[in-house]
Amino acid sequence: MKIAVLVKQVPGSESPLPINSDQKWVDENTIAYIMNESDNYALEEALQIRESKGEGEVVVISLGPVRIQKVIREALAKGADRAIHIQMDTQSEIDPLSTASHFVNVMKEEGFDLVFSGLQSDDIGMGQTGVLIGELMGMATASLAIKTEVGDGYIKVKRELEAGWFQWVKLSLPASISIQSGLNTPRYPSLKGIMGAKKKEIKVVEPNKNESKQTLEKIYLPNSDKQTVMIEGSIDQMVEKLIDTFRNDIKIF
Amino acid sequence: MKTLIILEDNNGKIHRMGLESIVAAQKIASALKGSIQAVVIGQNADTLADEAASYKLDEVLKIKDPLLDNYSADGYAEAVKQVIDQENPDYVLFGHSYQVRDYAPKVSAKLMKPFLVDNVAVSIDNGKVVLTKQMFNAKLFSDIKTNGDSPFLISFQSAAFSSDAANKGSAVIKELNINIEASMIKTESEAPFKEQAGGIDLTAADLIVSVGRGIGKEENIPIAQDLATALGAELASSRPVVDAGWLPSAHQVGSSGQSVSPKMYLALGISGAIQHMVGMKGSKNIVAINKDPEAPIFEVADYGVVADVLELVPKLTEALQ
Repeated sequence: MKIAVLVKQVPGSESPLPINSDQKWVDENTIAYIMNESDNYALEEALQIRESKGEGEVVVISLGPVRIQKVIREALAKGADRAIHIQMDTQSEIDPLSTASHFVNVMKEEGFDLVFSGLQSDDIGMGQTGVLIGELMGMATASLAIKTEVGDGYIKVKRELEAGWFQWVKLSLPASISIQSGLNTPRYPSLKGIMGAKKKEIKVVEPNKNESKQTLEKIYLPNSDKQTVMIEGSIDQMVEKLIDTFRNDIKIF
Repeated sequence: MKTLIILEDNNGKIHRMGLESIVAAQKIASALKGSIQAVVIGQNADTLADEAASYKLDEVLKIKDPLLDNYSADGYAEAVKQVIDQENPDYVLFGHSYQVRDYAPKVSAKLMKPFLVDNVAVSIDNGKVVLTKQMFNAKLFSDIKTNGDSPFLISFQSAAFSSDAANKGSAVIKELNINIEASMIKTESEAPFKEQAGGIDLTAADLIVSVGRGIGKEENIPIAQDLATALGAELASSRPVVDAGWLPSAHQVGSSGQSVSPKMYLALGISGAIQHMVGMKGSKNIVAINKDPEAPIFEVADYGVVADVLELVPKLTEALQ
C-alpha cells in the first residue's frame, strides 16, 4: 500500500497577517507557519493505515518555497517514509488547477494506491486540490471523509454530508480522498522520530510552467457594514456592562 | 453572454443555496445583458424543474437518467460537463454546498476550466466578473479574476445572497439528453443516514453560549457550562472543540453541525471560521468575547469584548448568580 499525503504550510491561526503595500499578498517574513490542520489529520490517517497493515509507504508531497521544509520535516518526524518537495514561490498563486497539475506531474510515475489530502487549506481555502488530482489521474474520489476502512483493493469512507447526515462510499483503488478534520488524534513527533527524520529523503523537484486560470487581484481587510458595539474597560467594568447589555439591549432577563 | 445555474436537490426541493445562486445569476445577467438557464438533475428533476420555472429565468433544463437517480460524484460531474458542452455557457454557478465541493472540481478538471469557489460577492469590471472571496480563515478578503476563455465555474458561500431577492417569473422547461454509462461511476454509495444528535436541539434554543478553541483545554469546559447554566442557555461549540473531543458532536454549530438563530448567541473564544459563521450568523444578537481583536467573529458581532474568556467568564457567571 503506497499512500501519498499532500501537506501544506499555512499561517497559524494566531499569526499576524500584514498585507503588502501592493495588496497582492501578505508579508511572509512576519508569519508564523504551521502544518495545515486537515492535512495533519490526513497524515495521521495514512500513518495509521500503514501501521495496521504492517507494510507500505507514506510519501509526503508539498508545494511551496524553501520554508515549507519545516512542515515536511515535521511529517517525516511523525513517521512518513520520504518526501517530495515541489519547490516554487507560491505568493499570490491561487489557481488550484495549476497546483493540481504540479502534483500530478510528480505523482504519475509513483503508482500510489491512495492519495490523502486535507479538505481545504487555512490560507486560500480553495478546497479542491485532492479531487482535481484524483480526476486528472483517473482515480475515484471522495471528499469530506470522516472515517476510512481499507480493504483488499478498495477503501470505504464515511463522508460528512450537511446538517448531521453521513454516507458510506466504497471506492476501488487507486483513489484520492479529501480528509475532514477530527477523524483521528494526530500524533506528536517523538524525539527518535525527529532524529530519524534527518536521514530521510526529501526529493526537491522543479515545477512545470503552468498558466494560472484565476488570479488574485488584491487582498484587503474586511470592510464590515455591521456596527459592533465594543465593551471596554477593566474586567469588572466589562462584566458590569455586559450584564447591562443583556438586560437593557438584548433584554434576556 | 450565458449563465448556467446548477440547482441542487434537497429532498425534492431546491437547495437554499441554489435559490441564492439564482440571485447571483440575475445580477450577472442584468449587468451583462445575458440569458440564464437553470439545470436540475436526478430522480426529483420534475418537481425541481417546476419550482425553478417559477423564477425569472430563460430556460430550465431537466436531466433524468437512472444512473443519476442517486448522487455520485462521477455521475453528476459527467452530467454537468455534458450540459456545459451542449449549452456553451460563459458562467456556471453553484451554491458552495458539501455536494458541490465533492463533484464540481471534477467538472473543472474535465474541462480544464477554473472553479472559483466559496465567493461572498460578485461585481462586474470591464464586462468581466470579479469575485470576492474570504481568505486566511475569513481574516482577509480577496478579489479574484478569471483568465483565458470561458466557461468559468463559480460557487457562492451560503447566505452570500438572500434567496428572498430572487426575481419571480416563468421559464420554459426543456428535457436534455445526456449519455452516462455505468462504467463511468467509480464509486458505490450507500444510503445517507443521520446520526443521533444526542437529544440536543440547538435550533430551538433562545439563548446559546458557544465555546471555541479559545477555552484552551477540556478542563475549562465547565467555565462555559457554568455560564450557560447561570443564563439558562444551551451549551454549543465550534468544530475544533468537537474535533478535540472536549464536547460531543451534538453540540456543534456550523456547516456540518446545526444552524441556529437564537435571541442571543454568546461566543466564547471562537475565532469565527467560515464553517462556523454560516451556522450562527442568523442569530438576533451576537455577543463575542475573544482576546484577539482581529478575530473575524467581531465582523458579525453586535457586541464585542476583547478579553481572555478564562479571566472574564468566571466573573461574569459569579455576577449573574
